[in-house]
Amino acid sequence: MLAWTIYLSFLGAGLLTLLPRNRAAAARWLALLTALAGLAAAVAGTVQFPGGAGATTLIKTRWIPPLHIQYFLAADGISVTLVLLTGIAAVAGILFSWNIEHRAKEFFAFYLALIGGVYGVFLSFDLFLLFVFYEIAIIPKYFIIAIWGSTRREYGAMKLALYSFVGSAMVLVGMIAAYVVAGHLTGRYTFDLTALAQVHFPAGFQRWAFPLVFVGFGILAGLWPFHTWAPTGHVAAPTAASMLLAGVVMKLGAYGCLRVAMTLFPAGVMMWRTEIAALAVIGIVYGAMVALVQRDFKFVIGYSSVSHMGFVLLGLMTLNQIGLDGAVLQMFSHGILAGLLFAVVGRMVYDRTHTRDLGELETMGLSHALPFAAATFVLAALASMGLPGFSGFVAELQVLIGAWSAFPTAGVCAGIGIVIGVAYLLRAVQRAFFAEGAEKPGKAAAPELPPISWPERLGAGLLLLASLVVGLYPQVLLNLIAPSVTSLLETMRKGGAL
Amino acid sequence: MSNLPFITLLTLLPLVGGGVLIAFGRVQAAQARRLALGVSAGALALVLAMMIMFEPGSGVLQFVQRLDWVPALGVQYFVGADGLGLLMLLLTALVVPMAVLASNRITERAHLYFALVLFLEAGLFGTFTAQNFFHWFLFWELSLVPAFFLIKLWGGPERGPAATQFFIYTMVGSVAMLLSFLAIFLATGQFNFPELAELSRQGRLGASLASKLTWAGLSPETVRFLVFGGVFLGLAVKVPVMPFHTWLPTAYAEAPTPVTMLLTGVMSKMGVYGFLRILVPLFPAELRALMTPLLVLAVLTIVAGAAAAFAQRDLKRMLAYSSINHLGYCLLGIFAVVKFTANTPALVTEKAAVLNGVLLQMFNHGLTAATLFGFVGLLEQRSGGRRGLDDFGGLRMVAPVFAGLMGIAVFASLGLPGLNGFVGEFLIFKGAFPLATWATAVAALGLLITAVFLLTLLQRVFQGPLNPQWAQFPDLSTRERWLFGPAVALMFVVGVGPQILIRLFNATALHWVTRLLS
Repeated sequence: MLAWTIYLSFLGAGLLTLLPRNRAAAARWLALLTALAGLAAAVAGTVQFPGGAGATTLIKTRWIPPLHIQYFLAADGISVTLVLLTGIAAVAGILFSWNIEHRAKEFFAFYLALIGGVYGVFLSFDLFLLFVFYEIAIIPKYFIIAIWGSTRREYGAMKLALYSFVGSAMVLVGMIAAYVVAGHLTGRYTFDLTALAQVHFPAGFQRWAFPLVFVGFGILAGLWPFHTWAPTGHVAAPTAASMLLAGVVMKLGAYGCLRVAMTLFPAGVMMWRTEIAALAVIGIVYGAMVALVQRDFKFVIGYSSVSHMGFVLLGLMTLNQIGLDGAVLQMFSHGILAGLLFAVVGRMVYDRTHTRDLGELETMGLSHALPFAAATFVLAALASMGLPGFSGFVAELQVLIGAWSAFPTAGVCAGIGIVIGVAYLLRAVQRAFFAEGAEKPGKAAAPELPPISWPERLGAGLLLLASLVVGLYPQVLLNLIAPSVTSLLETMRKGGAL
Repeated sequence: MSNLPFITLLTLLPLVGGGVLIAFGRVQAAQARRLALGVSAGALALVLAMMIMFEPGSGVLQFVQRLDWVPALGVQYFVGADGLGLLMLLLTALVVPMAVLASNRITERAHLYFALVLFLEAGLFGTFTAQNFFHWFLFWELSLVPAFFLIKLWGGPERGPAATQFFIYTMVGSVAMLLSFLAIFLATGQFNFPELAELSRQGRLGASLASKLTWAGLSPETVRFLVFGGVFLGLAVKVPVMPFHTWLPTAYAEAPTPVTMLLTGVMSKMGVYGFLRILVPLFPAELRALMTPLLVLAVLTIVAGAAAAFAQRDLKRMLAYSSINHLGYCLLGIFAVVKFTANTPALVTEKAAVLNGVLLQMFNHGLTAATLFGFVGLLEQRSGGRRGLDDFGGLRMVAPVFAGLMGIAVFASLGLPGLNGFVGEFLIFKGAFPLATWATAVAALGLLITAVFLLTLLQRVFQGPLNPQWAQFPDLSTRERWLFGPAVALMFVVGVGPQILIRLFNATALHWVTRLLS
């Protein structure tokens, strides 16, 4: 069932290219139906998912026999969680792109291709296949930003693509090295992730292979100091693409770090974990501090993504059950919440006011003009600052517990990052929606803004609901995540970590 | 009947009420207020029913409900109320309808305003009944958000900075407390307060912290104190303990007056409640080790709070500092109870008396301060927003009922025998004196200063020649008499017969002191 998420998305993308031009409405509906079908397949696959520790094979056939490349799709609890996230984010993204008229069919075709690639990465258990899907996801991203983007879109798109390709190149080198070394050691050449995970790579090899692959994927996860593509890319991208970039594409990076770098090179993790944890904490604090001084509303959210992804990376480096559970949960939570924040900023506010400058928004009294947007942003901001009841809290809570046992100092610094997070979100809430000076004259000055449409309301409701459900009953996802994390840690322990 | 999930119903009722208000959108202000009043009256009725069913003889948790929530994280839906919890529920259920009644001037976005008030009430109910840290923290933070927006959207001219400062200060404390609790969870695998208290009593909490936590070469002892410090900070900001109080005067002054009633009447009790429910049971050894500095802080809070109130010219700020001062007595009492003493049966009763005094003081301060702020709100309404100490004068002549009732509330606040404030403070001072002599002696200075500034207030506002500007100053209307009459009557009732409250929590206090000394 889960594999259908991939096929459906590519099928939808293909059908869209067949549509006649200037049929924007048809393109929208087709895209929405495809995304809904993908989400349905993801949900059905989750329900059918047998649970337990190991990965469930979905399909495994030979693909390029001379190179021992397989078409091998499988899923464990971690993949299922992220597939679910992708499904939700995809539907929400289309709902928030309902106003796209310019070359709509191409937009949605690229969009669905991107989604298909993302599903593919999360479900591939063959390293080569995973890499192929990873690359498939990068190309449409470039075009979406370059064609439909806003501020400095060519620059943003190019920067994003270059960073991505550098990362991919590093991953590719590490991947081939692992293939060759494993072949030498065992006499069996394979890209099969489960098989490679059993190989004991020499420590000297892991010492350089691990950072290569980890940083290669980490670039996409917003690892400081390689994060700079993220804010510019997010800002340049059209709303739906920012939602996907922050919501899902950054998770590709974090997922790669976990699934490939950490699983294959457990001894390498042990050698580098302190350094990487330090980078993660710097990302948390630095991202939050930079977000605190931004004038551009979208940059605030862009840097907040860097900060929140720092929690994911910190959680990964704790190498204990609770910290890793938290990291995966934080991937889900951040995916939902970053999507929601970008939707409010990009779609609800920017598309109506045509400014993202907090100084200008201050004069508009938006809490009166767009009460729904204000309410949504307030809830999303509260969730994002880690208020109990929303998904962010349970996730960061677990990361912090894990950090207490692995790196107490890092945990405390991350706590400081949370406080700064409260400050910048509060500042954004106040300046964008509840500014003082504008209350009286602002009402006259504020242009008549179009009301929030139904697709936007539905999209916001969907994302908030997801965050709330996970926040109040994290068990729904933890039951999926925890056994897989346990078995992953077991594999790593056998491989020499811990 | 006794199987009803009272606490769950009680917490859900205002949540649902607030949700209904938001869902129905822009109704008339009066309708919204009536709905909010109805819901909060319903909550009061529920609390009264709980008081009837409560078994005062037992010091343990009652109305307990316990369900697994997130087993992997030790999170349970675990609610229950002992004497302390029930007292706080009663206070909340009394003050919220008062605040709703006092909100008759709120017209802009009234549905949102009353919804937030009800959400705040739900947050408070949850905080006072949760017995699991996760669950408790959820409500602790949940109550912060409506308070922030109530200040931010309906407050005075400086509301923006005031609300932000309030939120950020509290958040800093909350994050510190969260980190500490995560460390505790890591060491013990436990988030439930009663279980943690039991571990601490057996001396195993400190030991697990020492063995499970290693931090950058710090000694286990230091780590233990850091964990304690995080929890302390979170609670100290909320109470507030000086020098963590700077958010409070601005927040109280800028909040719309009914919201100030809620802030001082109930929300300030969250901090003291946290001291009693969390800090004392979990960290008695640490409290004892730091006894002298803590007593200094308590005395500082009392004396400096009173002195600062004395220096104010703005009535709301004066009462705000007076609130700090009054809660200082609670802290003094708590620290005196914790102080290590030889274990004699006489001391058990003595300490139980102090603890009773602390609980009474919490209730009394909530009732009195909310009433006083209510009166200041009336002064503001009738004078077009003035609330300076020197803006009035001679009001007694034109508004005798107003002057009389507010006068009683002021005397209750400064602790006149026969009114509610006296009993609590008397019990605290009487019991604390032998336990912490010098601190209690210095703290008595606070009583004196309080008397001076509160009497000054009465004099400047109500006595002296009538300020001609206010010759037409209206006396209390019928509605206002219905609001303040019962509150003042309650001050007499508690002052003359404190037993009606003490019987609720005496067993709890005794239970705690016995456990603490064993």
